[in-house]
Amino acid sequence: MGNYFSPERETASLEQIRAWQTEGLIKAVNKVWNNVPYYRRKMEMAGVTPDDIKGLNDLKKLPFLTKDDLREAYPYGLMAEPLEKCVRIQSTSGTTGRRVVAFYTQNDVDLWEECCARALVAAGATKDDVVHVAYGYGLFTGGAGLHGGSHRLGSMTLPMSSGNTDRQIQFMTDLGSTILCCTPSYAAYLAESIHERGLIDKIRLKAGIFGAEAWTEEMRHDIEQALHIKAYDIYGLTEISGPGVAFECQAQAGMHINEDYFIVEVIDPKTGEVLPEGAKGELVFTSFSKEAFPLLRYRTKDICILSREKCSCGRTFVRMSKPLGRSDDMLIIKGVNVFPSQIETVLLNNGYAANYQIIVDRQKHSDSIEVLVEMTPEMFSDEMSEIKAREKKLVGDLKSMLGIYAVVRLVEPKSIVRSEGKAVRVIDKRNLYKG
Amino acid sequence: MTTKQISVFLENKPGSLAAFCKVLEKHNIDMRAMCLADAMDFGILRIIVDDTFTTMTTLKDEGYVCQITKVLTIEIEDKPGALVGLLTALGDENVNLEYSYAFLSRKADKAYMILKLDNMAKAKEVLLKLGTRIVCQDEMEQIFGD
Ligand SMILES: [Zn+2]
Repeated sequence: MGNYFSPERETASLEQIRAWQTEGLIKAVNKVWNNVPYYRRKMEMAGVTPDDIKGLNDLKKLPFLTKDDLREAYPYGLMAEPLEKCVRIQSTSGTTGRRVVAFYTQNDVDLWEECCARALVAAGATKDDVVHVAYGYGLFTGGAGLHGGSHRLGSMTLPMSSGNTDRQIQFMTDLGSTILCCTPSYAAYLAESIHERGLIDKIRLKAGIFGAEAWTEEMRHDIEQALHIKAYDIYGLTEISGPGVAFECQAQAGMHINEDYFIVEVIDPKTGEVLPEGAKGELVFTSFSKEAFPLLRYRTKDICILSREKCSCGRTFVRMSKPLGRSDDMLIIKGVNVFPSQIETVLLNNGYAANYQIIVDRQKHSDSIEVLVEMTPEMFSDEMSEIKAREKKLVGDLKSMLGIYAVVRLVEPKSIVRSEGKAVRVIDKRNLYKG
Repeated sequence: MTTKQISVFLENKPGSLAAFCKVLEKHNIDMRAMCLADAMDFGILRIIVDDTFTTMTTLKDEGYVCQITKVLTIEIEDKPGALVGLLTALGDENVNLEYSYAFLSRKADKAYMILKLDNMAKAKEVLLKLGTRIVCQDEMEQIFGD
């Protein structure tokens, strides 16, 4: 199985990979020290200077970056290049309260698109394919990433964006889409809609690249069966570049991390201590090749296991498991990042006590979110229409805060399940991390 | 000339009204009249009791969200068309009836109606002009007695 987009890099020796990483790390640390006062201060507080970083073994001396740092430094605080050199901005999905923006120079965009092109080739795409991109376009990195990857590969790009299922299916049948890129839940929905319309025989898809949310092996099996395709996972974060930080190959046994551009570590989320390869822990990335927005030791909060076992595809890049959980309370619902604290903010902004519970479910591969809110004297009225109006306002505020529609259910005070006196904030019925 | 009604938030699920009644029973509170209005997932229970303030305190202590709403209690004559004339008169004066419910008094052998109207002052005027008897909070005890 020898199809690679960048063969000399994707099959490089470990020694070569380490050499790239060492050189890149030293350069990035010096650049950040000189150009990013925010991170320099963090280094100074940790008592580290660029002279202390001579190789990969010194990486652990550097302080971590978290999403909180990105928010604190918003918008320009972590930029390592002047704005004039930047050509693109992307942002994390759906959230107004906790926005994170990332900047790209042309080289950064090229690097990102190359990563996505690698993912496409690993899924079997060639320049003769029709790549149907049904990820959302816009600030979200899903659409732009795979779109760019497809361009780079030279295949035909169908920039569909998300939604309008009838049009998706029409283009798919009329223009013969062969590679589908979208969230796994949308792929499942499309599959169902195609069968409902009796059009499966007109579909020419051979593979799909599905990411931006957690999915199980069971879901993979269902999508593969329904669409007669091979379904591949892809991983990425806007902070690090976007989708394509890691991608699955035809072995479908973990995602190869583009180690020539990113250094990955696994840490104990509680102590921050680096764990040996093969241990389960939180992924930490150092995007040493990025020009505008290089992040040193960025904590992803994704719990994974790395494997350097030889892969049948011939790639030498380390493989990461599907995320096995989160080390924070972030939920990914319909591909959108949701923090329970955002719901708390909406309630407090409306003058209500923040007694709530989030119930997330997935029916027919589609996510739903229900927010139980305990009634308070401020929300109550003798008039039904007034309570309804307040409920409606909450739904509207949640929609603009989260970017997705949440059902609100008003419940009696103290009716939300408490565990040792603390309300249970999240009930996730999806069991995403078991498959 | 108004009556104090207690409005309580209840969830629309099996057993929630029963649980509420149990609380009243536990505290020896008699419900003189009640009416439940419900939306999809929740309802507003409206009740008339003897001692409004003690009941409010008790309910709050028991963890209910409730509030006092002023309503009108009127005596209904036991003859055909009595209610029609009354509602028509209110309508003619542009007074809107938000909700109403009825109860009986065995002691006084009469029927009563609770009315919630958008313009209480105007409503009182109209009702008095019709000669309708409006029951005050103080009279409730006489109606119910024990
Ligand atoms: Zn492989």
